[in-house]
Amino acid sequence: MTDLDIDDLWDHAPSGHLIADPQGRILRVNSTLLNWLGYEPDALRGRLIGDLLTPGGRIHYDTHFGPLLRMSGELAGVTVDLVTVDGTRLPTFLTANVKTDSDKRPILLRITAVDATDRRAFERELRQQRERIEIEIGRVRVFADTLRRSLLPPVLSPPPGLEAADYFYPASADHIGGDFYDLFPLSRATWGFFLGDVVGKGVDAAVTTGLTRYVLRSAAVSDEDPVRVLHNLNSVLGQKLGIGDHRMCTLIYGNLTKRDTGFDVDLASGGHLPPLLIGGDGSALYADTIGGQAVGITREPHFIASHLHLAPGDTLVLYTDGLTEARTGIGRERFDDHGALLRFATDHAPTTAAGIVDAIHGLLDTLGAGVEDDAAVLAFGVPS
Amino acid sequence: MDVRTRNNITITGAQGAPVLLLAHGFGCDQNLWRPVVDLLESKFRLVLMDHVGSGSSDPGAWDADKYSSLTGYADDIVDVLDELDLRDVVFVGHSVAAMMGALAVNADPTRFAKLVMLTPSPRYIDDADYRGGFSREDIDELLESMEMNYLGWSHDMAPVIMGNPDRPDLHDELEASFCRTDPACARVFARATFLSDNRDDLAQIPVPTLVIECAQDAIAPHGVGAYVRDHIPGSELITLSAIGHCPHVSDPEATARAIAAFAGSP
Repeated sequence: MTDLDIDDLWDHAPSGHLIADPQGRILRVNSTLLNWLGYEPDALRGRLIGDLLTPGGRIHYDTHFGPLLRMSGELAGVTVDLVTVDGTRLPTFLTANVKTDSDKRPILLRITAVDATDRRAFERELRQQRERIEIEIGRVRVFADTLRRSLLPPVLSPPPGLEAADYFYPASADHIGGDFYDLFPLSRATWGFFLGDVVGKGVDAAVTTGLTRYVLRSAAVSDEDPVRVLHNLNSVLGQKLGIGDHRMCTLIYGNLTKRDTGFDVDLASGGHLPPLLIGGDGSALYADTIGGQAVGITREPHFIASHLHLAPGDTLVLYTDGLTEARTGIGRERFDDHGALLRFATDHAPTTAAGIVDAIHGLLDTLGAGVEDDAAVLAFGVPS
Repeated sequence: MDVRTRNNITITGAQGAPVLLLAHGFGCDQNLWRPVVDLLESKFRLVLMDHVGSGSSDPGAWDADKYSSLTGYADDIVDVLDELDLRDVVFVGHSVAAMMGALAVNADPTRFAKLVMLTPSPRYIDDADYRGGFSREDIDELLESMEMNYLGWSHDMAPVIMGNPDRPDLHDELEASFCRTDPACARVFARATFLSDNRDDLAQIPVPTLVIECAQDAIAPHGVGAYVRDHIPGSELITLSAIGHCPHVSDPEATARAIAAFAGSP
């Protein structure tokens, strides 16, 4: 290789080269960069690097890139538009470093520019895409949040003499699970309630959830037998609804009727997890609702009816599998694999509706990321 | 809120000496003062800060509303002086921080002895006969240039608060955090800076003020330094031969000399 080759590389390299003094005054520019910018040889000598930039780019250079280069001795791949002699812009990537003397004082700035026209067009598209995506995500969040709130009661309205508490734990900000619950008056003496979980997630599940809520509320008004309320829902979910596969749910429906110092509870279960009955005497057990089928599976399903009485001090707790199937972090173990929920209830007995809901709220927070699905909790208690 | 953590307060220099509070401008952080710190620390007590949203300030203190105007940053400066219980402070503000200093002095003159404005501009955008040097479009272009350069910005590489109270090796720290600002904060700071108009605040400045400009500065162009001097009663103007907007980086000796002579005089 001869000196001639090296001179040729300096002048005609596929990138622009520029040498400036430490103040940014241009000393020498290679032919490639002069050609890109449309300047005659020597036309740039003595000008400032900033003179090659747009006004906005100059601010960026003078407040960030220039000081960064002087302080750290190098600049790695910053995005800068150079301005050609006729005012058009040349998108480039700049890299630079500083030549120093033996006292580490800067003597020269060495700057290389690479043509980034294609790359910049791609980046601009990428940036616009990202802006669109951010707007879309915001819209989806608002949509999901509004929809989710419409599936849960804004406030619980329990009958006089009964305390109620609820908690809903959304597993994700932009996905809607199928958990739902409600508590509402049917007559002067009777209140209805339900809690359940539509199979699946997403829009179809949300549509089924909304439908289920309204069917239950209207069926409850026309029929006082909880099992028939579930059959009514089963008929609706069995019709052709055009909502895909998510038309099956497990749930507990029940009526609360004031009697003596407490409340009678008539329950019907469609394959849902059994409610916990936490006694005023410190006991805890599952209500006998095991064995029914989920609603929406077959034309003639089997639902389980159950009757119990809440005396002063007793608390009834309904929940979804987001709680029982939360991962504990120990291997593949789920929270309720070995009876942990009943032990948890026993440990907190006797309790109140608000007390047990707070405790389960704390439990869900402890399980944290292990809670992979939405979790809903609804509790009633007769004050002792 | 611990103000020292919020603004990443660093204190160095001579015990019991006159106090200089050094505040950085738009772009980078307190590290830009290092060359002049080396020259001033034998004679002065030096307090350095990062504005919230810059450098190693506390990310948790960010408040887009508060920091969308220079008053938010100026309030923090007063907080810092209150918290450290400093009086007779010589405030040295670079670029937009010079105007933050003006706002802080006007808000609470009791803590300040003097003001040093390093390459200040009370308004960056031209307005009738006033020449700030830029148009509104230029500022949009700056924001666009920032966007393009933040394309590769990753939250994983966001600056972490440095626990080392000693001065760590310059190069390592620069690699780790220098000039890496959260784009969301930088956008707000850029708007607060370049869309501000503090011309009316100059006349009220009640302390002796030194204006330092550079002979050639694209951001505070010729004439802006004189405008600032002419509108602050009793102020003086020094023009350094340096080129650019950051004489404390490009010509630290001359900059430190000018600051020391003004701050050290009775």
